[in-house]
Amino acid sequence: MSTLPAVRPQLLDDRFRRGELAFWSLPLAAAFIFPEHLVLGAQVMIAALFALSLDLVLGYAGIVSLGHAAFFGAGAYTAGLLSVSGWGEPLSGLLAAGVVAAALGACQSFLIVRGHGLTRLMVTLGLGLLLHEAANQLSSVTGGTDGLSGMATGKLFGTWSFDLLGRVAYAYSFAVCLGCFLLVRRLVFSPFGLTLRGLRENERRLHALGVPVRRRLVLVYTLAAAIAGVAGALTAQTTEFVGLEVLSFERSAGALVMLVLGGAGRLYGAFVGSVVYMLLQSVSSDLEPSYWQFWMGLTVAVIALWARGGLLGQLERALERSRPEAPEPAPGAGP
Amino acid sequence: MASFVGILFDGVAYGSLLFLISVGLSVTMGLMNIVNLAHGAFAMFGGYTSVWLMSRWGVPFIATLPLCFLVLGLAGCALEWLLYRRLRGRSQLDQVLFTIGGTFVAVASATFVWGPAEQRVELPAALRGQVQVLGLALGSYRIFLVALVCALCLALALLVDKTHWGARVRASVDNPSVAAGLGIPVDAIYCATFGLGSGLAGLGGALGVDLLGLDPNFAFEYLVYFLLVVAVGGAGSLVGTALAAIVLGVFDVAGKYYVPEVGGFIIYALMIVLLLVFPSGLYGRRT
Repeated sequence: MSTLPAVRPQLLDDRFRRGELAFWSLPLAAAFIFPEHLVLGAQVMIAALFALSLDLVLGYAGIVSLGHAAFFGAGAYTAGLLSVSGWGEPLSGLLAAGVVAAALGACQSFLIVRGHGLTRLMVTLGLGLLLHEAANQLSSVTGGTDGLSGMATGKLFGTWSFDLLGRVAYAYSFAVCLGCFLLVRRLVFSPFGLTLRGLRENERRLHALGVPVRRRLVLVYTLAAAIAGVAGALTAQTTEFVGLEVLSFERSAGALVMLVLGGAGRLYGAFVGSVVYMLLQSVSSDLEPSYWQFWMGLTVAVIALWARGGLLGQLERALERSRPEAPEPAPGAGP
Repeated sequence: MASFVGILFDGVAYGSLLFLISVGLSVTMGLMNIVNLAHGAFAMFGGYTSVWLMSRWGVPFIATLPLCFLVLGLAGCALEWLLYRRLRGRSQLDQVLFTIGGTFVAVASATFVWGPAEQRVELPAALRGQVQVLGLALGSYRIFLVALVCALCLALALLVDKTHWGARVRASVDNPSVAAGLGIPVDAIYCATFGLGSGLAGLGGALGVDLLGLDPNFAFEYLVYFLLVVAVGGAGSLVGTALAAIVLGVFDVAGKYYVPEVGGFIIYALMIVLLLVFPSGLYGRRT
């Protein structure tokens, strides 16, 4: 009779890998190689941050959301309205946007956790549409379909003003993006992050294990909302304009597509997906817009049917195939 | 008072159109467990088929309706056989993504073929104008619509409840493996049911060109309404879908008439409240 191996609580190894450091040096390199495309670069990073916040909800906690733009828009309008009313200081605007979006997320999350499946999907969609309609109707505050104009973003740290070339905007977006990423990374490697994965796999079993399911979902939803709000505020501050589009269904669907294109539940999927998506979109913007829509739609459909895990998932599979057969570690033969 | 009844009737007409389009979605979602966000695209192509047949081939409006039903029904069968079949039992995310992607492709194709402009439909003279019914002026097209949908609804109910085929459908839905074991061709039944739903959506799209308008964005714009009807009515329930469609239709029309400044707000708020009170819909099959 063999004795069972001692069960030790195991946490994931969260040391930084070399590939990750290389990945994060890419935006810096890009800034020097393509100095004329910094405005686009900042938009890509903002889109990536938004997709990352969706990854937390969808890829980790497993809540399929069709209304994530609600938080992006809430953050964008918060920063925009603050700026229009004279408070143009960027960092405090960012913070305020995060807080407002988090508050909204916390309110919504109580409705989200009530339902399951289709009901949950519909509630996220409905809440997103509700907010879009509200911003449309309150045109005296939000500018309605014309958008909110007259924003003036103040100097960063009181020294650097946002220039037309987008150098400050690029550095600012990069720093915020990196900061949020480190936070999310820390989070998904923590025990809390492990619970989230468990929730995605089997909510009922985690309930049986004594995990406070609803509280976890409320917490992760609120946090993701805050990050989405920060991304929205970044857009507002760097472009100095907020349009109704920030709350639209297209915005939610776009983030979903980016995330899945890169690979959901993989941390870097959001980044890879949004870079590919935004670059292709900007390249094909000279062509007829329906071409872009057609090929994008086709790609998403193909990924959903035949290539789960997106680009990163395919990469992982290819690496596994090319690697020589590693001997399986015998069960219980740990160090 | 007279205007109130008129609005009520408009709401019912709008609701019956919603029912016609949504009933196929309700079947796909409730019975086959597939979240089909591309359902609006079937209705859109129904509308385009009707407009195209009329303008290109001079087919009269009434004659285009069965053709739309047939064309979209066959297309639905083919798509089910080739693609949707693979989505059965997959995660909700995969289904959402596949069907959203499909809708993008459909919208782009429609833009490419028919252009981004809104399409017009020329109704036959008999369906234009208004008729006096008990002192009320009602649109004759709306009367036609309500009558047609009532007849179709009755036929559908009879088909599912009274025929041999309906019994097979119900058996396949309640327990696919036992049904298959009893020799019922479950796959073929699913395919035919999906085709029927798509055909009805195409018919609804053709009927809706005059009421809802038609441009490539139709597939996304009205998808929300169809999903709403299904989610509120309870996926898979014929009665629930009909009830939800009428309720939402009346509330939407009345809301837009009496409080236009609130606009689309009412219908979304109503949906959220209804979903929170009845998480599996008014007539939900599953909890």
